[in-house]
Amino acid sequence: MTCAEIDRLLHAYVDDELDIATALQIELHLPGCAKCRAQVEAARVIKTAVAQPTIYFPAPADLRSRIQKAILAEKQASTPVENSTGTIHLWRRPIARLAIAAMLLLVIGSIYLLSTRDSGQNQIAELVDSHVRSLEASHLLDVESTDQHTVKPWFAGKLNFSPPVVDLSQEGFPLIGGRLDCLNQQKIAALIFRRNKHTINLFIWPGETSAATDTKQGFNLIRFECKGMICWAVSDLNTGELQQFVELFQQQKPASTRN
Amino acid sequence: MSLDPTIGNFESALLAQLDAAHNLARWLVHNDQDAQDVVQEACIKALRSANSYRGGDFRSWFLAIVRNTSFTLLTRKKNSQGSNTQQIQDAGNDLAADSELYDPQEIAIRSADADLLRRAIASLPAVLREALVLREMEGLSYKEIGKIAGVPIGTVMSRLARGRTQLQSLLMKMEKA
Repeated sequence: MTCAEIDRLLHAYVDDELDIATALQIELHLPGCAKCRAQVEAARVIKTAVAQPTIYFPAPADLRSRIQKAILAEKQASTPVENSTGTIHLWRRPIARLAIAAMLLLVIGSIYLLSTRDSGQNQIAELVDSHVRSLEASHLLDVESTDQHTVKPWFAGKLNFSPPVVDLSQEGFPLIGGRLDCLNQQKIAALIFRRNKHTINLFIWPGETSAATDTKQGFNLIRFECKGMICWAVSDLNTGELQQFVELFQQQKPASTRN
Repeated sequence: MSLDPTIGNFESALLAQLDAAHNLARWLVHNDQDAQDVVQEACIKALRSANSYRGGDFRSWFLAIVRNTSFTLLTRKKNSQGSNTQQIQDAGNDLAADSELYDPQEIAIRSADADLLRRAIASLPAVLREALVLREMEGLSYKEIGKIAGVPIGTVMSRLARGRTQLQSLLMKMEKA
């Protein structure tokens, strides 16, 4: 790695935001380069300086109480005013109560349906984002290996499950590595495969699911279950080839951990 | 942080982020009164849009509201005061590129002067200052900062790099009080 490349990445390096392989390249470069070492050191000095508590502005005590009052006022303003005049209290009639109860059930039911659908859509959006991010940044791979016996053990200790890892290079989908990813604050595994020039991210975490497909922002997504894991394949590859990949993945015998 | 969508929890989640909200607003709008108004306005906005909160990271969601409210206030002030204001959300308005290498020890000595450090940070362009505040003072990840500022992770990386480099040269060049 050259000094110019390091210059571009050194802030991400001191922030611990680089993938392991790139960080390692920087660490190999530093001992022999006083200029880059000084820059890393300067970045760390600045980090420490800005983080010092003397220049932090915590919320003043009266702001807290002012906000509590404002929240209270807001809640009262949004609650409908009680009916104190002589208008008819509809809800006192039994039949009206039944009708209101039925309406409430309907509303709650549809909110529930909407929210579960939303969370599914959210998950798809997050997976697509994660796929896109893995393509643009240097964060595609944490462990770079075409060997399933290297990739699988790499996940041990980083996840509380062991994802199935197979290499499909014989079939034209070479495994190129693995990565830790995050979905709804849960750590998940991502395996990266290639098909010609296309990248496939395969996200894996424990759970049960049914098969499904989706398309978002031009990316194809296929969901399936494999060995008690929920798997999502995300790629710009066409649906046919992505489906072929999924079938091959499910048929393969995963690597047994070899130490 | 997953959240039970009841108002009570929502309110305590808001109050738990009050320091972070105030610190961010104060660094963005530069004065105490405006910062407090921004935080209060952001809390009310958050409460009103509580039903649009889709789960996920509550802190980032709320700090994005604080951040946007701050920039709205800055823009409003700028418009009412005419041209007589500092640069606002203007990423292109960076200081002249300074490729000079400073001795880390010199930077450390000068940054120990809290007043100088405050003035130097305050002189940074707002988007660079925002990235530094969220990263160093709140310890947020690039992903979270990108979500709050509405920019890709690569932009967060370059803003932090520019912010730190410019802060170094400001610290070395500004007069001590």
